[in-house]
Amino acid sequence: MAKETLLSKGMWEQYSEKVRDRMNKPGHFGEITKDEAHKANLKLVDVIHGSEACGDAVQLFLLVDKDNVIKKARFKSFGCGTAIAASDMMAELCVGKTIDQALRITNLDVERALRDNPETPAVPGQKMHCSVMAYDVIKKAVASYKNVDIKEFDEAEIVCHCGRITRKQIEKAIIEKNLTTVEQVIEATGAGSYCGSCIRPGGHEEKNVYLVNILDDVLRRTGKKEEASVTTGVRDIPFSELKMPQKLKKIEAVLDQIVRPALAADHGGLEVMDLENTTVFISYTGSCAGCAGALHGTLDFIQKTLQEKLNASITVKPFQG
Amino acid sequence: MKQERIYLDNNATTMVAPEARDAMLPFLGEKYGNPSSLHAFGGEIRHHLAEAHDHVYDLIDALDQDDVVINSCATEGNNTVLQGVYHTVVRNNAKNHIITSNVEHPSVLNTCKFLETLGVQVTYLPVNKEGIVTAEQVANAIIDRTALVSIMWANNETGAVFPVEAIAQAAKARGVLFHTDATQVIGKLPVSVRDRSIDFLTLSGHKFHAPKGVGALFVKAGVRLPPLLFGGEQMGGLRGGTHDVHNMIGLGMAALLAKKGITDEQTRIRALRDKLESTVLREISDTGVNGGTQHRTPNTANIWFKGVEGEAVLWDLNEHGIAASTGSACASGNEKASYVLLALGIGPEIAHSSIRFSLSRYTTEAEIDTALETIRTVIERLRNISFTYKKG
Repeated sequence: MAKETLLSKGMWEQYSEKVRDRMNKPGHFGEITKDEAHKANLKLVDVIHGSEACGDAVQLFLLVDKDNVIKKARFKSFGCGTAIAASDMMAELCVGKTIDQALRITNLDVERALRDNPETPAVPGQKMHCSVMAYDVIKKAVASYKNVDIKEFDEAEIVCHCGRITRKQIEKAIIEKNLTTVEQVIEATGAGSYCGSCIRPGGHEEKNVYLVNILDDVLRRTGKKEEASVTTGVRDIPFSELKMPQKLKKIEAVLDQIVRPALAADHGGLEVMDLENTTVFISYTGSCAGCAGALHGTLDFIQKTLQEKLNASITVKPFQG
Repeated sequence: MKQERIYLDNNATTMVAPEARDAMLPFLGEKYGNPSSLHAFGGEIRHHLAEAHDHVYDLIDALDQDDVVINSCATEGNNTVLQGVYHTVVRNNAKNHIITSNVEHPSVLNTCKFLETLGVQVTYLPVNKEGIVTAEQVANAIIDRTALVSIMWANNETGAVFPVEAIAQAAKARGVLFHTDATQVIGKLPVSVRDRSIDFLTLSGHKFHAPKGVGALFVKAGVRLPPLLFGGEQMGGLRGGTHDVHNMIGLGMAALLAKKGITDEQTRIRALRDKLESTVLREISDTGVNGGTQHRTPNTANIWFKGVEGEAVLWDLNEHGIAASTGSACASGNEKASYVLLALGIGPEIAHSSIRFSLSRYTTEAEIDTALETIRTVIERLRNISFTYKKG
């Protein structure tokens, strides 16, 4: 904890003037009709990303000439003000670029273009995902234009999408700077310091890989942590058919490999107290024991991890002594 | 451009009543004594405090033999009750079960989550589409090991009023302690502990024109509850810490005003709320009300507007000088959509598009008219930007 965390910052006060202006007066919102494209003899791209249910959705229209140059861009948005501002800037940045150049516009470019001065971020970290939406919709538009799968554009594995920080960068920092906790990784690389979704499961978005997994992997590879026996022995028998001691062994292995390292980052730990069919009863130790805030998220995370690694029907409950 | 501001977020906090502020000022000036002192500086405070207590007792129809402990807020009160029941009941005998609802304030829900780690079993009753739990649901959930039922009187987001008297009776019939968080109902509807079935009631002053940082906890005569804050003998030892004199005076005056104004003001506020709500529903297409409209606090309207995102609406309203609120914060790390609205069984897209307007006794008809005009403008602009809303 620190002074900064004790006083909550007003989110809106952290928006740049440019963000505010574009929220109030977006210049590029609107539609481009097939008719308009036809008359101008240009190709129309029309894609949608996100959904109302997620609270954030954007539609992008591009008019592209035969030299693959984007002549006009318009957007529509179901989203908060910063989503509108980021979409507006994204549309503006697309105009005049070729499709391939547009593909190189990243969320960081969008965010930087919205800054009032180069030193101050245009939006607070938790709003960076709005610019990620803007970036994702460009990729989708280009894929649609080229009629290829969007996966073709997957670059080096990005872990933190807000800061566009790759797995390689993170691994390098862990090894070179001898990092051992996920907090150190966030501090050293900036990954996870924006919306926080990539730190560990349970955040705003689901990720393929989390910082806790990468840290764990590297520590094991470099021999700083012992390999757990999760993948040995009884692997091929379905979890539900295992006998109690084998079930416990597998659960413990997963906990050791994934869960305990994550809790240890917060100086906490846990013990398995009981097992009834697929219900695991746990008890927290260390700082987790008294931490009310960690409870919903942490319990979900443990359950999700065990479900993913062992059996989808596993539930995790606090042990009732 | 400087504009008139219109405050329609009174379920979040309210303006301090001028009468309450005036009553407090002497205690931020020459009357600064500690009421626990023997000398005149302390002595001259005490009868003012006694009077403030009388008003708070009156507000909820408490008897003189009850304890109404003035504390810092309902969060403190809720913690005192839940943690106190853990210490007096759960730790000392076989009862280790608590019943609550899934739309309680975080000060109840997160305290329950914490108690779960200490071995308490908690049942979170789901609300129905009206946004309430019924006495029957509570009765069915009570088991021999149930130590406490804790159900809010009214919900902050939907304004839904729970059948608290019937729920309290159901708990009493089974010998189970009953607590209600009455924060959102005080000053809006009559609140009474007269029928003696409520064991604990908590409230926060700043929701009914007292200052922030003061609230109260009612403990029925004969019910034991240990203090959360140990200290001196203030409040009969039920809450340590030097008396927060000026805040107590403010709470007393706000309580007096709330009790006095309940009938007239609430008829007027209800009429204004109904005007706001019915005009929106009539004049703006694809809108609706979240939760039931039958049993509701008279000042609250929670309205969804198809095709626009809540935070964007708030931003635009704020640009026009109007303050409202949304349960959906479009920010990572937060709840994606309000857990209270989702508990009603509505889709997340509706929850993301919902705005809460909450009025107070200081809301005027002219303000509602201005707000209506602004709401029309704002929704039209944002629906124009949105592609998920198609006219027609």
